[in-house]
Amino acid sequence: MKEEYDIIIVGGGPAGSTSAFYAASKGVKVLLLDKRRDIGFPVRCAEGVGEAGLKEFMEPDPRWAVNKISTFRLVAPDGSKVTLKERECCYILDRRVFDYMLAGMAAEKGTEIMTRMYANGIIMEDGNVKGVTAEYLGKKFSIRSKIVIGADGVESRVGRWCGIKSNTILRDIESCAQVTISSKRIDSSFSDFYFGKNIAPGGYAWVFPKNKYIANVGVGISGIYSKNKSPLVYLDEFLKNHFPDASILTRIAGGIPCASPLNKIVNNGLMLVGDAAHQANPITGGGIINAMKAGRIAGRIAAEAVIKGDVTEKMLKKYPQEWNNSVGEINKRCYRIKKVVFRLSDRTLNRLARVLSEIPPEKLTLKDIFISALKKYPPIVIDAIKVFK
Amino acid sequence: MIYLIEERCDYCGVCVSVCVPNVIELKETSIKILDGCTNCKLCIYVCPFEAIKENERRV
Repeated sequence: MKEEYDIIIVGGGPAGSTSAFYAASKGVKVLLLDKRRDIGFPVRCAEGVGEAGLKEFMEPDPRWAVNKISTFRLVAPDGSKVTLKERECCYILDRRVFDYMLAGMAAEKGTEIMTRMYANGIIMEDGNVKGVTAEYLGKKFSIRSKIVIGADGVESRVGRWCGIKSNTILRDIESCAQVTISSKRIDSSFSDFYFGKNIAPGGYAWVFPKNKYIANVGVGISGIYSKNKSPLVYLDEFLKNHFPDASILTRIAGGIPCASPLNKIVNNGLMLVGDAAHQANPITGGGIINAMKAGRIAGRIAAEAVIKGDVTEKMLKKYPQEWNNSVGEINKRCYRIKKVVFRLSDRTLNRLARVLSEIPPEKLTLKDIFISALKKYPPIVIDAIKVFK
Repeated sequence: MIYLIEERCDYCGVCVSVCVPNVIELKETSIKILDGCTNCKLCIYVCPFEAIKENERRV
């Protein structure tokens, strides 16, 4: 490890590794730090991604894209099921392999990667970020850089060290519990989403099959509800009702900032990407592809800033501008939709499901579903039309 | 005061995300609550595994 780099990236998830890949591709010196022993482990993710987003970056590889699903079931509180066959399929990933592969690609472009390196502070000089302080196996380090990219996930502190209010408010944090199970009741051809106040208030429960016998089953609930009953309890109840034969292979906790995009994600010498910048889809909580899209923009612009010798906030603002034009505006609309959808009563959801379940799956789209659900809220219908084209 | 039940903690970081004074330090498998905790209890509310409590064992 050197004492100085052009860019230091804190966090080796999809946002960090993608930022590193695109920055290092431009020939600048990049260091990626991760506090974990292993990149990609432990996995804190339901592991689903959309096909179109994934293919912007790479072709799916069976080593990490372990299941392909094109039929989805939305299950109402009374058990009524709406089935839809989307034009775009989704892949269930093996994140441990996927994240390793992304980090490997960044390293192949010249990124230095250090695991077990815990960034515990920022070096600030005259209002400019100039590197990080870190600990590695009990030793303390100061590592200087022209730019720091905070890709440190839901638990991000990098932005807050630099005065950016990146904490998540209680209503917008999805508190999640997930198990990977083995069960004879898994149907590997469907992804299922369950809704209802007694199943996952302010969120949903999911079943994402990895193969015929193994699936990720989880519950995410809004922080305002987890105060009364934790997602772990909701998950145990869900398993008892739907997979009583399940053997639990992994049990994890996690969280997703399902929030409106942060207004400020850059500062002099600083950029935030991925969950650290609240870039996950506020409705679904899906964050992998958005993180990679943000990383692609941030990595390129960071490298250009270094090459030009201008790492001021004014220069780095090109990143949020590009992000907002591509995904940020969609996320703002999704946030407004989310605030209405997760307030719908169980009775309304049951009625909707009964009506929509009569439409053949191949004729039903997500747009139809959201327009039906939101017809009492005309401004939000417009948001739904723009989001689900 | 806020305390952690280490046996329940999964080190997922949800508590860090909601901590307004930014005083929770999460490493790979350890958590410290630094000086400045306002006892707002947001971390208790969001912990998926109910690992943070009041008046339990101190971190």
